[in-house]
Amino acid sequence: MILKGRVFKFGDNIDTDAIIPARYLNDSNDENLKKHCMEDADPAFSSNVSKGDIIVAGNNFGCGSSREHAPRAIKASGVPAVIAKSFARIFYRNSFNIGLFILEADTNGMDNGDTLEVNTETGAIKNLTKNTLTNAKPIPGFMAELVSAGGLMEYARKRVNKGGLG
Amino acid sequence: MERPLTITEKIILNHTDIGVVSPGDIVNARVDIALGNDITAPIAIKEFESIGVKTVFDRKKIALVPDHFVPNKDILSAKQAKMLREFAKTHDIKYYFECGEAGVEHALLPEKGIVLPGDLVIGADSHTCTYGALGAFATGVGSTDLAYTFAFGEIWLKVPESVKVVFTGKPGKWVSGKDLVLYLIGQIGVEGANYMALEFSGDTFKHLGMADRFTIANMAVEAGAKSGIFEPDEITEDYIKKRAERDYTFYKSDEGAKYAKVLNFNAEIISPQVAFPHLPENSVNISEASAKNIKIDQSVIGSCTNGRIEDLRIAARVLKGKRIAKYTRLIVIPATNEVYRMAEKEGLIDIFMDAGAVVSTPTCGPCLGGYMGILADGERAISSTNRNFKGRMGDVTSEVYLANPAVCAASAILGKIGSPEEVA
Repeated sequence: MILKGRVFKFGDNIDTDAIIPARYLNDSNDENLKKHCMEDADPAFSSNVSKGDIIVAGNNFGCGSSREHAPRAIKASGVPAVIAKSFARIFYRNSFNIGLFILEADTNGMDNGDTLEVNTETGAIKNLTKNTLTNAKPIPGFMAELVSAGGLMEYARKRVNKGGLG
Repeated sequence: MERPLTITEKIILNHTDIGVVSPGDIVNARVDIALGNDITAPIAIKEFESIGVKTVFDRKKIALVPDHFVPNKDILSAKQAKMLREFAKTHDIKYYFECGEAGVEHALLPEKGIVLPGDLVIGADSHTCTYGALGAFATGVGSTDLAYTFAFGEIWLKVPESVKVVFTGKPGKWVSGKDLVLYLIGQIGVEGANYMALEFSGDTFKHLGMADRFTIANMAVEAGAKSGIFEPDEITEDYIKKRAERDYTFYKSDEGAKYAKVLNFNAEIISPQVAFPHLPENSVNISEASAKNIKIDQSVIGSCTNGRIEDLRIAARVLKGKRIAKYTRLIVIPATNEVYRMAEKEGLIDIFMDAGAVVSTPTCGPCLGGYMGILADGERAISSTNRNFKGRMGDVTSEVYLANPAVCAASAILGKIGSPEEVA
């Protein structure tokens, strides 16, 4: 899949409290959560973000709590992918499970407002604003399978339909 | 000859149908206990119900613990707790707890003997790694993972590399598991063990109890780790034998097992630690923190990290016969009802109340900025909890400093961050 969008750039250690603060976790409706997405890192994010925009960050994106509300709020905001130097592991698996693309790459040189074109299969990230190319780390086999199945629940539905409940 | 294995590799191997596992392999593992709470389980329940499976894989292997916003803080959180209750009723879930019998999940499950040595446990809560203290493989996952496990009793896992962390020597007075783990995170950073298993060992742990092990394993995730684990021993056995209702297995790492790293620390030179905002890795010695004259508005003693009876006893030792500083709040939250009852019987609740503290019903409450102690703009708290991220306990301009319960108690008395020695 080819994704094309504007960059919203964040720093290192963006934790899940910043992505979706706990004061909103008394609700698990993605449409409500997205109104507060990234609120404690950038209060204007939810009003500025448009469908297709891409979140770019430094190291350890998504650290902290296991709340799946974090990748869900990002996905519901219309953001199809997050690119960061590294990810915290629960955020990483949650994103694959719900079908949010996650790419590990050197994000130096990707700045706010740049337009990126991302090939999710090859991991090639073109910065159309700066005319540069960065390659993301390849997605591990099983994870790629999960994403192409449409996330873990689609994978589960296929298993149920195949009668795999042994 | 077979490859020597770490305790983590052995537990995972014994929960699969394959003959061999190596770090980096992605495996499907059988789950002994799957846990959700009132924040994460509602999404899992919705996802589970969407895939057309009628029954859960095993009603005796699921634990649902409403603890984050329970007793319900508002209508929305009441609705979430209701979802857990209805699901528990429908599927006759064995380990479902109303607030009168519950408490903070990671204190409750070990206390009730629900998680045991050798288990493979997943929980839709990042601090699920706490159970590694018992010699179980336990890791935090998301709600969708939990839904999948509800249906199939399995979880996909990448077998982690292990880092061996060895503490030697007898820790000093007022030095607890909290200080060792804050020190460790200070040394390796919040990403220092990303995707890895932290395996704790060394003679230091013969001087400390189970509560310290729970605290240390609990905070493994704050170094990015997938899990934290201790080899079970006589201290584990002593804790577990009066609680377990089913068989359990003590696994040990093989001689020659492969580690990504081995880290050695001398516990004798570690003093109580304070982690400054806004990351758990910002830990400094108490003397350095105290010298900075940092005024506090609130002190919190509780949570899955430090809300056990041992923690309350230490806090009471510091607070006995003292009053907390004027214009300072001290909030004590026993982690479970059993802890609360013990504290009451031992006279600790009186000590806290005489000192001017408020004692709350068990809940995660303020730890994650839920309720029961939220900070206003610019306010500062010292807390025995596990995270000090920006805005974690309230307003985005508030600050959280992490420390052990003795330091939290002393700081409440002083009205500034300080050591128990300063109020002795």
